[in-house]
Amino acid sequence: MPHVIILPVSLTLDDVDHIAALARLRLSEEEKELYRQQLSAILEYFAQLQSLDTSDVPPAASSLPGATTLLRPDEPRPGLTPASLLSNTADSESDQFRVPPVLE
Amino acid sequence: MAALTDLTLTAALQSLRRGDISSRELTNAYLERIQHLEPSIHAFLALTPDQALSQANAADRQLAAWRRDRSSPLPELLGAPLALKDVLCLEGVPCTCGSRILENFVPPYSATAVERLARAGAVFLGKTNTDEFAMGSSTENSAYGVTHNPWDLERVPGGSSGGSAAAVAARMAPAALGTDTGGSVRQPASFCGVTGLKPTYGRVSRYGLVAFGSSLDTVGVLGRDAQDVALVFSLIAGHDPRDATSVSLPLPEMRLDGEADLASLRLGIPQEYFIPGMQPEVEAAVRQAVGVFESLGVQVTPVSLPHTRYALPVYYLVAPAEASANLARYDGIRYGPRLPADTLWEVFRGTRGAKFGPEVKRRVMLGTYALSAGYYDAYYGQAQKVRTLIQRDFEQAFSQVDLIAAPATPHTAFKIGERGDDPLAMYLEDVFTLPANLAGIPGLAFPVGQDSQGMPIGMQLMAPHFREDLLLQAAHTYQSVTHWHTRLPAL
Repeated sequence: MPHVIILPVSLTLDDVDHIAALARLRLSEEEKELYRQQLSAILEYFAQLQSLDTSDVPPAASSLPGATTLLRPDEPRPGLTPASLLSNTADSESDQFRVPPVLE
Repeated sequence: MAALTDLTLTAALQSLRRGDISSRELTNAYLERIQHLEPSIHAFLALTPDQALSQANAADRQLAAWRRDRSSPLPELLGAPLALKDVLCLEGVPCTCGSRILENFVPPYSATAVERLARAGAVFLGKTNTDEFAMGSSTENSAYGVTHNPWDLERVPGGSSGGSAAAVAARMAPAALGTDTGGSVRQPASFCGVTGLKPTYGRVSRYGLVAFGSSLDTVGVLGRDAQDVALVFSLIAGHDPRDATSVSLPLPEMRLDGEADLASLRLGIPQEYFIPGMQPEVEAAVRQAVGVFESLGVQVTPVSLPHTRYALPVYYLVAPAEASANLARYDGIRYGPRLPADTLWEVFRGTRGAKFGPEVKRRVMLGTYALSAGYYDAYYGQAQKVRTLIQRDFEQAFSQVDLIAAPATPHTAFKIGERGDDPLAMYLEDVFTLPANLAGIPGLAFPVGQDSQGMPIGMQLMAPHFREDLLLQAAHTYQSVTHWHTRLPAL
């Protein structure tokens, strides 16, 4: 149950490393310490949300209650060309994006 | 005769149709004014003068043909210059989102809202400055320098649509598109003394808008008055099959009437929006504007939105969570600069670490944490439940009143650098604008006074879903009997 989770009082540098790894961000040592302090302060402020009893409240599914997703007919239409899709990449070859090896 | 750039959009369109002015003259007047003021204001990230002048020439030919034979109607904005916030794609023109990670990105297609304006005959002057990926309340988070408030160059214009708001206030464009995820149209409109609309979620297509918080993002309009804003809004609104969240409801009649009778209108005043610590002049000006509505016959009653204080933590969990997912696409592979490395993971980490600015990294980490295993229920899950409570507050209030009036911001524009490095202090800037985004309802900010320093004060009206017509009519009636919206900064 969410209400019995004890939230950490403040983040550790290991927590910051873990979050940065999940978010695919390389951070300097100075950045890690700065974000550790700032995110801890922000999360501490946000802890006030835990004081509300929401056991009978459903999560908001949308900003438009009752909205339904409209589907369009599944018909072939002209799309963007490979050349235009590749026009912004730093590295491409034979109509494909070129990247370093994914597997070692 | 007043300068061409002093004309409102509506007045300029009338002059164009009459043939008093040409689109080329009008466009040139704006381009010259931009050239003159841009060094001190820096409202733009890209200018498109050649494209604008060729669009203007084409508009002039069409206008001349129409004056000879008026059998077919003219496109509504034919020949009118406009500016676009640099998070909206315009085909072939760089779109940076104020970020180094998109510094060389040239979109191969245009946003639906932009395309609709082009089809209506608009002339695009350029792309306006924004906080990086629209994350900020001052444009100080732009990777390309801050925009200066035209009323006082030492102050911020607000944000994130600060470039659009400053451009309209400085008459570098008669109107502009902005976007509002947590107040990014209404707060800068308020700081710069212009009129800014955040439409209902889903009312305007988000196709071609670079995504930030997908359950919150809206494309809005900034203009000199409610009439100009209504005109542009009516052209960009409407269902778009390319955005699955766009809504297929008909748009109500947008013909605003200066003599409209507001006697049947009920206006709610939420006590939760008048908080300790807000600038007393802001409260006084907003209460005075409420008095103007009362004198127009509007029935004013108190309403309560009891969960207002939770909107800030809810927003700053939900929006960063959505942003952390949306910004995962910036990895140096398909667009933007790439930091070379031996492995793919190191390309991702190096490129993102080097090219995202500090606020974007902060929010991506905050959102990643709120969604991560072990913390999802406590942070993101709880925030979405409290969001339901905020939505219910508005449902309850709108069962009693037609519109809600509140300050747009707790104070007027602050000095550049004044909020320093405290991210939480900057988040508090949005305290009055966030709730409307969480509930998906429309909001409109417009000037209702000035403080002792001469800085504009903004009021905000909020309406039930899809009632932009009520917001714009009420503001138009107010602007028909007051003068605040006609005040211009001396430049």
